[in-house]
Amino acid sequence: MPWLWGLSALVLAVGIPWALVASPPDWQQGETVRIMYVHVPMAWLAMAGYASLAVASATALIWRHPLADLFARELSPVGAAVTALCLATGSLWGRPMWGTWWVWDARLTSVLVLFFLWVGHAALVRAFDEDERGARAGAILALIGAVNLPVVKFSVDFFNTLHQPASVARLGAPGLHVDLLYPLLACALGFTLLFASLVLGRTRAAVMEKRIRQLQLAQARRRDSEAA
Amino acid sequence: MSLSSRKRRRMWMLLLGGLGIGSATALAMTAFQDNLVFFLAPSEIAARHPGPERAFRLGGLVEAGSVQKSVSPEGRPEARFVVTDGPAQVPVVYVGVLPDLFREGQGVVTMGKLGADGTFRASEVLARHDETYMPPEVADALKRTGHWEPEKGAPPPAASWNTLNPKAETTGG
Repeated sequence: MPWLWGLSALVLAVGIPWALVASPPDWQQGETVRIMYVHVPMAWLAMAGYASLAVASATALIWRHPLADLFARELSPVGAAVTALCLATGSLWGRPMWGTWWVWDARLTSVLVLFFLWVGHAALVRAFDEDERGARAGAILALIGAVNLPVVKFSVDFFNTLHQPASVARLGAPGLHVDLLYPLLACALGFTLLFASLVLGRTRAAVMEKRIRQLQLAQARRRDSEAA
Repeated sequence: MSLSSRKRRRMWMLLLGGLGIGSATALAMTAFQDNLVFFLAPSEIAARHPGPERAFRLGGLVEAGSVQKSVSPEGRPEARFVVTDGPAQVPVVYVGVLPDLFREGQGVVTMGKLGADGTFRASEVLARHDETYMPPEVADALKRTGHWEPEKGAPPPAASWNTLNPKAETTGG
């Protein structure tokens, strides 16, 4: 899907310079606020990506659709990567702003659990000789892990945490000035398109790989029967 | 779309399983809500009175006008300030480097022990950031017009400033 890659490149070519150069600093964080333009999209993608993993897993378990299994298998390494980026950028921001790289509060801990779920899914679906059994086990893990999504989302409201509550997705007006909000939305859209391009590209490659393997298998079988 | 009975059974199994796991998690979270606290507010200390030997985190706002900075006998920076949550106040003493965001009116979370004299001896001070982000010009405009004193606490509701354009305001009037 070259058009999807092109669109992501276009949106990111606008969003990243806007966020990193053209937008104003924060009144008390200074230039450090720019970490947010990567951190927040990665956090959104970690959650939205996991939601789509859960939908794909339910589809695979109920309708036994092979494409849903392939999609889930190709999705989880990318999901693990964005969650790792979310944790890493958050840590880099936390050191100068909070005064610590890491704390075990409810938000940070639940996102770390989300990261382990992504990595665990990626490992589990590849751990079986039979692809189908791995996909089944992975789908069950993904659905059980989905209970963590509301925990991540509401941890900052339900528990007292060091992490601040949501600024964009909250009741009332966003807590960001529009000069910071619009570049953030542009980056979020750009990274989401890039994420979709990566996952769909990987899924397509996996479908072709499977088809080639089937063709090779059929060819070998034919050669065997001709020899016999 | 009609579902075959096997597919329908699988769907019901997933729904029931999800319902079971979901309610178990919700119950566990509600049970943990009081225990899984990252910090105690000053008014909660009176109710829970943690002993002088127990280390815990104290969280709240740095009271306006309470910060005194000096140098400890060992030559390290020392800060004295008061943490408040409105109804209650706790004086804090801390030796060490404060984070960049530390200021009066800012949320902080401090780790330490409560002394017999009622002073909290902090071994670590973390600054809390709130959910508002604004350019320096907007913050200055709010302070200049008297809509916000950062030392006294959180900024006014976001709807009143998140589309504010201070440059247009100063050139226009």
